[in-house]
Amino acid sequence: MTEPLLRVEDLRVTFELKRAGDMPWTQPRLLHAVSGVNFELFPGETLGIVGESGCGKSTLARALIQMVPGTGKAIWQGKTDLLELSRREMLKYRADIQMVFQDPLASLNPRMTVGQIIAEPLKTHKPDLSGEEVKTRVKKMMDRVGLLPNQINRYPHEFSGGQCQRIGIARALIVEPKLLICDEPVSALDVSIQAQVINLLAELQRDLGLAMIFIAHDLSVVKHISDRVMVLYLGREMEMATSRDLYSDPQHPYTQALLSAVPIPDPVAERAKVMIPLDGDLPSPLAPPSGCVFRTRCPRAEARCAEKVPEFTHGAHGVACHFPGPLIGAKKAVERA
Amino acid sequence: MVIDSIGMKSLGDRFAAEEVKGRSLWADARRRFFRNKAAVAGLITLITITLLALFGDALTTWTNEELDFNVMGQIAQLGGPSLENGHYFGTDDLGRDLFSRTLQGTRISLMVGILGAAVAVIVGTLYGAVSGYIGGRTDQIMMRIVDILLAIPFMFVIILLLVMFGRSIVMLFIGIGLLSWLNMARIVRGQTLSLKHREYVEAAQATGVSTFTIILRHIVPNLLGIVAVYATLLVPEMILTESFISFLGLGVQEPLTSLGALISEGAKTIYYGTLWQLCFPLLFFVLTLFAFFFVGDGLRDALDPKDR
Ligand SMILES: Nc1ncnc2c1ncn2[C@@H]1O[C@H](COP(=O)(O)OP(=O)(O)OP(=O)(O)O)[C@@H](O)[C@H]1O
Ligand code: SF4
Ligand SMILES: [Mg+2]
Repeated sequence: MTEPLLRVEDLRVTFELKRAGDMPWTQPRLLHAVSGVNFELFPGETLGIVGESGCGKSTLARALIQMVPGTGKAIWQGKTDLLELSRREMLKYRADIQMVFQDPLASLNPRMTVGQIIAEPLKTHKPDLSGEEVKTRVKKMMDRVGLLPNQINRYPHEFSGGQCQRIGIARALIVEPKLLICDEPVSALDVSIQAQVINLLAELQRDLGLAMIFIAHDLSVVKHISDRVMVLYLGREMEMATSRDLYSDPQHPYTQALLSAVPIPDPVAERAKVMIPLDGDLPSPLAPPSGCVFRTRCPRAEARCAEKVPEFTHGAHGVACHFPGPLIGAKKAVERA
Repeated sequence: MVIDSIGMKSLGDRFAAEEVKGRSLWADARRRFFRNKAAVAGLITLITITLLALFGDALTTWTNEELDFNVMGQIAQLGGPSLENGHYFGTDDLGRDLFSRTLQGTRISLMVGILGAAVAVIVGTLYGAVSGYIGGRTDQIMMRIVDILLAIPFMFVIILLLVMFGRSIVMLFIGIGLLSWLNMARIVRGQTLSLKHREYVEAAQATGVSTFTIILRHIVPNLLGIVAVYATLLVPEMILTESFISFLGLGVQEPLTSLGALISEGAKTIYYGTLWQLCFPLLFFVLTLFAFFFVGDGLRDALDPKDR
């Protein structure tokens, strides 16, 4: 078997929250934004990460590139632990791991031209390139992502949202990274544009052999582009499986609830579908429920769920639940227990 | 749409196509500024006053130091504005030509104002941007220093300095330079705090751009709008400060003069019927201040269209 490009073990990110007016010696409140996430990512593979807003998806991604401090391990190409590197050592790996951001316009400096924006990573990592060479590469990359190269001197505000996201993608790809992290790259776009951008990403990934982490807050977006999908809830892994398994045979009640919210194009199937409402609010990440964090909203919750944290079963189809099982068999699983 | 047309053109075509010129935010702002009549009027007034202050001496045969013995002793009767003897604005109490005195005063006043603003722009912007961007303890220490300096009654200190070390224009510049950047640093820091969490700054951090480059490339250019506005409003403030000190008789020293000093002199002699000695310097003073305020206002509207 090939070496994973990235192996993440027990990744944790904890924020210390200080309130205004706190004395220096008061204990800060701890927010566990990511607690104990494990996964492997192989070259050329796409991992989808799905979860509600605030469940720690962005934080997970940002911890990998040391934008927020994380603990655990993130082994790059079987050798280097990214989390242990100093700022200076990390610099070398920043070209290999690039990011595409959620808000297309906000992620582009309004005072810089498109050419300057796309060239920035190149100038940072290959300062020896001549101005001519940089420009040629920028134009090639613009062409590659479907922008007209003669627009190189225009400013971000002169482009549409979809085009801005293409600029963001060009900026990420210009240094030929091995891993592309897309943090909700289409959430801010019109539905009609979303498909175009996703198709572009899929195509680029295939052509360039990129590994990709694709973050989204709804399952329908990641479905087509991901090889495997991980479902996060309050910073914890709930379920992880190949895309096909997860969609056809979800085991975790949270995944099932998320899936039931995805509309099916076929009206008959849509009406026949069992809706599992997610009632109640997302608990505060400052005070997560004891035992299984999902128990406050879980239709299958039992006494045991409050007492013991369910282990994440590793394997091809991992799930963290005391009573996993397919949707119809939910009752049975409960009775058996 | 761009994407549709791509298939039809060949790669070579697309690369050969002439580069389209972009419309920067600055260009947009310039257009909005020039549509604002009050701001343009202010700008024209300012340019006229500056040109007069710099080159106006060529228009008169009198220098600012010469005493006109013909009018001495009879200033109230003979020293009024007149084209015949070449004193367009009349003479001052000693018989010196008020036109060239006013020009010289304007020159000094503008210099004080612009110097103060320049210190504020350079020191204040960098100080505030560094403090805000680095944050944490550095930020706290840097801002406490500003707070402490702001808590000092500056007018009092400047006056003390001038009394102790004698009245000199250098002292005045030092005092005003020390004072001017403090508020700018605070404003810039506040703005930087909101800029540093923008996604484009995050994108630069994620790629590994160095902190200093991020401040210069991503933070400062996005601050320049507010800095420009504040600087144009700071110039008249500095002029006012200097004038106030000069009005107290502590400002620049003879034979140098400033608008504040001239107004002060004019006000003293107003009972002798030499109203022009107050009116002409005051006219320049008021025109300059208003012009700066209008330009500053126009800049603010032009740079921040959402605010209107
Ligand atoms: N720098 C920070 N300091 C303190 N708390 C933070 C910080 N960044 C994120 N958090 C908290 O961590 C949790 C996870 O945030 P994160 O941005 O990772 O969520 P997300 O899954 O990306 O959500 P979204 O879909 O809205 O982007 C949230 O509760 C958030 O308030
Ligand atoms: S462990 Fe219990 S509460 Fe948690 S998801 Fe499974 S059944 Fe629901
Ligand atoms: Mg996010």
